Amino acid sequence: MGWLRWKEEAKFATTMVIDFPDAALEAPTIEKKEATSQEIEIPWNVVVHNDPVNLMSYVTMVFQRVFGYPRERAEKHMLEVHRNGRSILWSGVRERGELYVQQLHGYLLLATIEKTV
Amino acid sequence: MEICRQDQALEIRELDPFLAELLRQVPESAQPKDSPAAEERLFSAPAAPEEKDLCAEWKVYVVPELRRLFQSATETIRQDLEQLQCTGKPFANCTLRIPLAHTDAWLNALNQARLAIAATYQFSDHELCDHYRSPLGSRRDLSLFQVNFYGFLQEFILREMEGNS
Repeated sequence: MGWLRWKEEAKFATTMVIDFPDAALEAPTIEKKEATSQEIEIPWNVVVHNDPVNLMSYVTMVFQRVFGYPRERAEKHMLEVHRNGRSILWSGVRERGELYVQQLHGYLLLATIEKTV
Repeated sequence: MEICRQDQALEIRELDPFLAELLRQVPESAQPKDSPAAEERLFSAPAAPEEKDLCAEWKVYVVPELRRLFQSATETIRQDLEQLQCTGKPFANCTLRIPLAHTDAWLNALNQARLAIAATYQFSDHELCDHYRSPLGSRRDLSLFQVNFYGFLQEFILREMEGNS
């Protein structure tokens, strides 16, 4: 299931209803499931923004250290930041994203967390 | 000036008094002091302004942690810089020995200094890329030279760390 579809369903339906097509045979069984706040939470992006002062080699090293990315992937993101002004480094639950942003700020990179919407 | 790897340390030899003075200024330059632009850059917002709660909590819980982290890096390099208190001839060249265990602190402190200076003087992209600009002239030019010199040292440290890993 894609994130967008999951998100839309989570937004509007906190109960899950299962009904059977041939209801004439027996009464439909209705099951209700409470969705936890974690389940309905939409994913967040960790974004790194361009900064003319930070060295390209330094930014690549930070991506490798913080996200554990191999050098090629880290360089790809670094170049994306350099050329496009920003790059999405990671997507997922907010708490972990905040931790990544804190680590990136520890290395003095311009990083933010933002909703995927 | 000559930089080389020597056992478990990086050695900057033949540091002339001018460059030695610039290095001595790293901890001081890393402090935002009276520059709101530098403070804003070193402690940038973690999200868009609309995320008011997140930004407010960040200031309360995360910024003090970052401040401690940055302070710890500058304290480490301050100890290394004590080597530059030349006791011999007043204008003699010096040697600075950076233990490999301190390289992360150096990268961080040099970065703090570069970002704080660049934010304070609001250097443009063009200025930051113009490596042929004369360092002589105004305080602004000297600060730009400082940013580039610290960047050169960062590059060297990174290269050595990469070779070491």
